Amino acid sequence: MRYLPHTSEEINSMLDAVGANSLDALFSTVPENCRRTGDPCLPEPLTEWALNDHMEVLSRSMGVPPGYKVFVGAGSYDHCIPHALSHLLSRSEFVTSYTPYQPEMSQGTLQAIYEYQTLTCRLLGMEVSNASLYDGASALAEALLMAARITRAKKVAISSLIHPHYRQVVRTYFAPTGFELVELPRLQDGRTDLSPLEETEGLAALAVQSPNFFGCVEDLYAAAQEAHQKDALLVTAFTEPLAYGLLKNPGSLGADLACGEAQSLGIPESFGGPGLGMFATKMKFVRNMPGRLVGQTVDMDGRRGFVLTLATREQHIRREKATSNICTNNSLCALAAAMYMASLGRTGIRELARLNRDKTEYLKKGLLDAGFEIPFDSPTFNEFVAAFPSESGKVYQRLLEKKIVAGLPLAPYYPDLADHYLFCVTETKTRDDLDALIKEMTS
Amino acid sequence: MSESLGTTGLVLNEPLLWEKGSAGRSGFSLPRRDVDAYPLDETLASEGPDFPELSEVDVVRHYTRLASWNFGVDTGMYPLGSCTMKYNPKINEKMAGLRGFAGAHPLLPQALSQGLLKLLFELECFLSEITGMDAVSLQPAAGAQGELAGMLLIHAYHKSQGRKPTKIIVPDTAHGTNPASAALCGYRPVSVQSNEQGILSAETIAEVMDEETAGIMVTNPNTLGLFEENIKDIADIVHAKGGLLYGDGANMNAVMGIIDVGRIGLDVLHLNLHKTFSTPHGGGGPGSGPVCVKKHLEPFLPVPRVVEENGAYRLSEHFPQSIGKLHAFYGNVGVMIKAYSYILTMGADNLKKASQLAVLNANYIKERLKDLFHLPYDRPCMHECVFTDNFQMGQKVMTLDMAKRLMDYGFHPPTIYFPLVVNGAIMIEPTETECKQDLDLFIEALRSIAHEAKHNPELLGQAPSKCKVKRLDEVSAARRPCLGG
Repeated sequence: MRYLPHTSEEINSMLDAVGANSLDALFSTVPENCRRTGDPCLPEPLTEWALNDHMEVLSRSMGVPPGYKVFVGAGSYDHCIPHALSHLLSRSEFVTSYTPYQPEMSQGTLQAIYEYQTLTCRLLGMEVSNASLYDGASALAEALLMAARITRAKKVAISSLIHPHYRQVVRTYFAPTGFELVELPRLQDGRTDLSPLEETEGLAALAVQSPNFFGCVEDLYAAAQEAHQKDALLVTAFTEPLAYGLLKNPGSLGADLACGEAQSLGIPESFGGPGLGMFATKMKFVRNMPGRLVGQTVDMDGRRGFVLTLATREQHIRREKATSNICTNNSLCALAAAMYMASLGRTGIRELARLNRDKTEYLKKGLLDAGFEIPFDSPTFNEFVAAFPSESGKVYQRLLEKKIVAGLPLAPYYPDLADHYLFCVTETKTRDDLDALIKEMTS
Repeated sequence: MSESLGTTGLVLNEPLLWEKGSAGRSGFSLPRRDVDAYPLDETLASEGPDFPELSEVDVVRHYTRLASWNFGVDTGMYPLGSCTMKYNPKINEKMAGLRGFAGAHPLLPQALSQGLLKLLFELECFLSEITGMDAVSLQPAAGAQGELAGMLLIHAYHKSQGRKPTKIIVPDTAHGTNPASAALCGYRPVSVQSNEQGILSAETIAEVMDEETAGIMVTNPNTLGLFEENIKDIADIVHAKGGLLYGDGANMNAVMGIIDVGRIGLDVLHLNLHKTFSTPHGGGGPGSGPVCVKKHLEPFLPVPRVVEENGAYRLSEHFPQSIGKLHAFYGNVGVMIKAYSYILTMGADNLKKASQLAVLNANYIKERLKDLFHLPYDRPCMHECVFTDNFQMGQKVMTLDMAKRLMDYGFHPPTIYFPLVVNGAIMIEPTETECKQDLDLFIEALRSIAHEAKHNPELLGQAPSKCKVKRLDEVSAARRPCLGG
């Protein structure tokens, strides 16, 4: 076995040094009643070449571009990823190292994460970012728990236009805590109805996603006013951070915590994971933050260097009193996002965001002209909802046979939205793709 | 003695991203604009973020230089205890990058997702087989989230039984994530001490276990690298009072093909695919922390679950007692693909062999160093061994100094000052992928350091001297935090 370097001579000489007469004898401290009675039933080992063939077959059965045109976003976005990123992210010094506990040997990871934290703050308009969390959903759950710690209140108001899966994850994290979750309904224009807040007392946080699950841009400024009037924190979530290349960022509109999924910044979709939980807040809340933080310092000779810092918030020091149980971040994905932001640059991200929006508007207008209903008239970024004539299932199926995935059916998430579909258009779709989609849908 | 691995070479300085570049540069091949611009409400628009402006060459050079300041398993031995820094096979990276996998949208119609659903279903079966547990959820995104999943499952189980316990037993050797995960479920951790042999005794557990206690969190082998020999008796005591056993599988690499976790009496166990199943640690993630359970906890597993019917696979949400979701989609599928490839490459015999060799390597290091370094528990160890700085204290040399000096010899230091029950702990986990020659070099390096500690202790206080930077001022970093530029 090519990963196991020991020859039988070496095994024997090492056993001699240890004073054991066989490999089995090394396990003398394992009682009989803990041992396996038979070997695990696993397939026979594959050679590298047989593994290649097996995986190729599995991967070819998936409906992915370029064979399929997939017009679905809903928390996972198909964007162009520069090949330079894949190349840099395969550098084994980044890939095969661990959490930088020994900073002198990990300056590469540490500086890269410090840069990630900085670019994240610039993107979201916030003062401090952590080194990342697992994904957007758990980042939102952590943000709401953090808001409850800060305000010492136990009620959270959460928009029903936050990604349905994120709300499910929040409910899972909240189940044993006794905290109360209040869901805010939606307005006719596809944005959150904040009016129920007027009668809500003892609020820790108001959570709103923008652009929301329907792609609509929320009025975060108004949400911040409402939250702050109630002495609550505004937690803003996102699934598509590219939007802030064009739109006002959460920090400039009054968000106290901004968190979400940053898969769209240079990370492949990979069937939903790994992604990247972005998490940023104001400096005054830094000691309540979950997750790792990298800070700048100097070495014994006064040269600039970076270390993990403010560890007294964390589980390995504080144990049950820690701000979170999180141990690692999603470091390599954070590196991907930093490389992506650096590759795009100030003008690049603006142009790319603009292109996403304009292509989406093109499809929206095309569908409107073709007689489809666009039920929510709020401004959108790269997603929007379209209503099909009834029996839409047939249209969807027909397009599927033509290798077009025409949006995400919303009925499973919002039962009152039968025949409504959530469409996403990114820069990966050409005008021809969009024309073909409109033509197929109307034929 | 052969020449030390550690040497100095030309390493290039590199400024921060925003200290380089020029306005107007970009490193991105922007797709052609083939649609008109549509007007946008001015009140919504911004100038866009203040990102640096760099060419592709700038970006590539920047990160290539940064990479050269890092040390990884591919660079050399990385014996971080409890982290299982084994070799990460390169072919597995290629598999996760196949376009059909990396380019797959998580909400594709299920007819278009059969390949990955089959892979996930089979990986669950493999992990069931390897552990001896009945059912698996791959959803937790990391070990700590696997722990949280385990605690939530225990919480949901007790609730379904009409019980509301308030405490959970956590041994003093546990990882910090254990009490932190328990606290998220509202459980008060009750700390118990290990005995003079470094393991839990059944009597200690019997004294604290009562009906108010949800169960116990056990790491086996424990963080001293010792097998919890009394685990079966402990399981009986905990079960008799209605409690459940949660197993922290961080140390599973010692016992694959050896122990049957189900038979031991554990009700739920989390695994770390990034430790035991060879997926790379990525500088601190992404990982993957599946939970494996016995039959009675299966109804509570996270949704959706992969279900197979007549060779067709689908995702099902129909588990009314489920704890819900922990991840926006199905967990870190990219990591799972690598672990699946690893298991298919290894097969049952090689997985067992890997555990045997991991244990052999740790015992070999322990025996070859115990004359020079204090070994608090002189017993056969599993996949890791724990020394202390007790013998070096006289020279005022501490664990930290020896760890830093090890860098100059070309090795990543072991885990230090953990477990907390051992003062000045030096926790060494070599893993099975280190060959005898490299172990011998590592042993020689530590023996030289013991010699230096005796005769030239100042040298150790100044270490490391061959890295990109010298010892860093962590105190001012925390006192005056500078967390972004």
